[in-house]
Amino acid sequence: MLAVVAVVAVTIATISIGALGVRVARSTSDFFVAARTVPPMWNASAISGEYLSAASFLGVAGLVMKYGVDMLWYPVGYAAGYLVLLLLVAAPLRRFGAYTIPDFAEGRLASLRVRRVACAIVLLIGWFYLLPQMKGAGVTLSVLIGTPYWVGVVVVGGVITTNVALGGMRGITFVQAFQYWIKVTAISVPALFLLAHWQHDEMPDVLAETPPVFAVDTDVAVDTGVRIVVDDPVLVEVDGTVDGRRRDPSDGPLRLTPGPHEVAADTVLGFPAGAPTPHADSVTASDGAEWGRPFGPITADEDHPLYFTYSLILATFLGTMGLPHILVRFYTNPDGRAARQTTVIVLALLGAFYVFPALYGVLGRLYTPDLLLTGRTDAVVLVLPERVVPGLPGELLGALVAAGAFAAFLSTASGLLVLVAGALSQDVLGSTSVGGFRRAAAIGGSVALLLGLAVEPFDINRLVGWAFAIAASSFCPLLVLGIWWRGLSARGARAGLLVGGGAASGAILSTMFGLAPGGWIGSMLGQPAAWTVPLAFAVMVVVSRRTPSSIPPDVGHTMLTLHTPEHLGLARPVAP
Amino acid sequence: MVTTAGAEPSPPPTPRRRVTVTSPHTEAAQRARPQRRRRDELADQTELGDVLIGSLIRAQLGLALRVLAVFVVLLGGLPLLFALVPAAGRFEIGGLPVAWLLLGLATFPLLVLLGLVYARQAERNEREFAELVER
Repeated sequence: MLAVVAVVAVTIATISIGALGVRVARSTSDFFVAARTVPPMWNASAISGEYLSAASFLGVAGLVMKYGVDMLWYPVGYAAGYLVLLLLVAAPLRRFGAYTIPDFAEGRLASLRVRRVACAIVLLIGWFYLLPQMKGAGVTLSVLIGTPYWVGVVVVGGVITTNVALGGMRGITFVQAFQYWIKVTAISVPALFLLAHWQHDEMPDVLAETPPVFAVDTDVAVDTGVRIVVDDPVLVEVDGTVDGRRRDPSDGPLRLTPGPHEVAADTVLGFPAGAPTPHADSVTASDGAEWGRPFGPITADEDHPLYFTYSLILATFLGTMGLPHILVRFYTNPDGRAARQTTVIVLALLGAFYVFPALYGVLGRLYTPDLLLTGRTDAVVLVLPERVVPGLPGELLGALVAAGAFAAFLSTASGLLVLVAGALSQDVLGSTSVGGFRRAAAIGGSVALLLGLAVEPFDINRLVGWAFAIAASSFCPLLVLGIWWRGLSARGARAGLLVGGGAASGAILSTMFGLAPGGWIGSMLGQPAAWTVPLAFAVMVVVSRRTPSSIPPDVGHTMLTLHTPEHLGLARPVAP
Repeated sequence: MVTTAGAEPSPPPTPRRRVTVTSPHTEAAQRARPQRRRRDELADQTELGDVLIGSLIRAQLGLALRVLAVFVVLLGGLPLLFALVPAAGRFEIGGLPVAWLLLGLATFPLLVLLGLVYARQAERNEREFAELVER
């Protein structure tokens, strides 16, 4: 119950700080005011705070637990995206002074039509990225207080929507910076306890050539029906329904034979210590050795794991710069030089965070193998500390990770919804009033909430990876070519955004709705960045070369603004 | 690196005729002065100005791509290596699997290091450019 208290506290703190901050920070020019007083360290904390979402806090550990070392490309890519952003985008973009990506598109290409396409893509990416946050909320609440999945989605979706609509969480640097430190504390402190426990436990080998086993006698509560696969026969106490037959403990243990079995909702399975863990149908079976080596369990789920890996790398490396809620934060840097310094600090802060989630995934194999049975590996970060550390300390650690998880999706989801609502109100509803923004926030939040109800079957990181793929296939070429190539024309940019963003989202939607075939085509649709990114670049370049008349006439001045240091006074930023 | 190649304006033609000599502080002298400041060349986007800014952009892009190449060579080859040589993926040092150490631990300081090197060099490029422009 301590965890519930912690979650409520984080939520109330977020709402009230947001509400207090309304008067402090309301308009874009307030960011500029902040710019003069925010040192790079704070700014970097704020960027990292908004960036570390449910995917990083919960999802990475869950995927590592399921698939092993191959999934470490997610945190590597999430961090490395900032290196690419530093190298190609950070300083020029700050110098340009654009506040959002649609602002950049309009300012760089002098075209409202490009702006509109960019806005549509902001909405697409924003909603896609909101889905995994909703899923994180649903999973977290159901782990904490046993509510059905939809309750968490509705509660958190409702809180965020109301909060943003009322004007809270308006990108206040202080709040977001604080969120980073909550998250890094919440993931690292319990991890150190877990490591100490593992050492005390005589360091069991997670890479042994045996399937995961229950370390102690374990009662596994199955809340939603699941189809499990048994590899080695196992004796279980059943209180509930297995394979359509009701049993209770007085019937004595049931021998589960190798093969699939249906476990109905609200069933409790009691496993003796040392029993090999059956796994959910959705989880690929693997012993420790297979799980721990590159191209392990993933080879069973992906027809072309090497393609999958490289496509994922490309999406995360190039997608970070195109996430709509990231660019806004760079605006709070006083100049291009500070933008670079900030980004380097972000790399350090993210690195400090990302060494921990994998640890939960690894130790989860040893101490919470039941998650492989229920298939809810996304919950490993939440469950593990309390399971491993006994008594009050364990409860406190559990409360800490719960608070961190809530901080993760509250901050990211609020940041995203502010941008979605901004794009909706300004470019779709055509309103710049506060009322328009509120209506837009209500619409944007409701859409995210409804879609969030439908994504329970997808891994959090799968969803986030898709948002990155769309960003990498649309905004990455727009930013990179816009900054480094004079020849980018408005028509070229628009065509590239439409083709790249369209191809990537079409591929992803076809996968989500189960329309994609198997084999090469299925792999390419499921992880499209490897072909949609080059496609988007190619379309932008080819169309630009054929439409030189739509290259903006003042591109020379734009280049001066983007690339010369501010003190030379050559710049003409689009905003003050 | 900001190069100075092509940065010097060609000397004005010197026809054999009388020239007016004026005090350098009068307006006439300012108008007649053949060598304009490079800052103005940039601001007015003359051919020379375009050469100057072009050299800065090329220098910065080249630097970015070089740093990126280092990163891609160090890390980008790993999946291919693991796929082609499965033994490499199972390699252990002191009982710890190298693949896990590389991806879970070593990458992050490498990113910071590359970021630092880049930021320093990018600022140096900008300083050289500023000196060139303001000289």
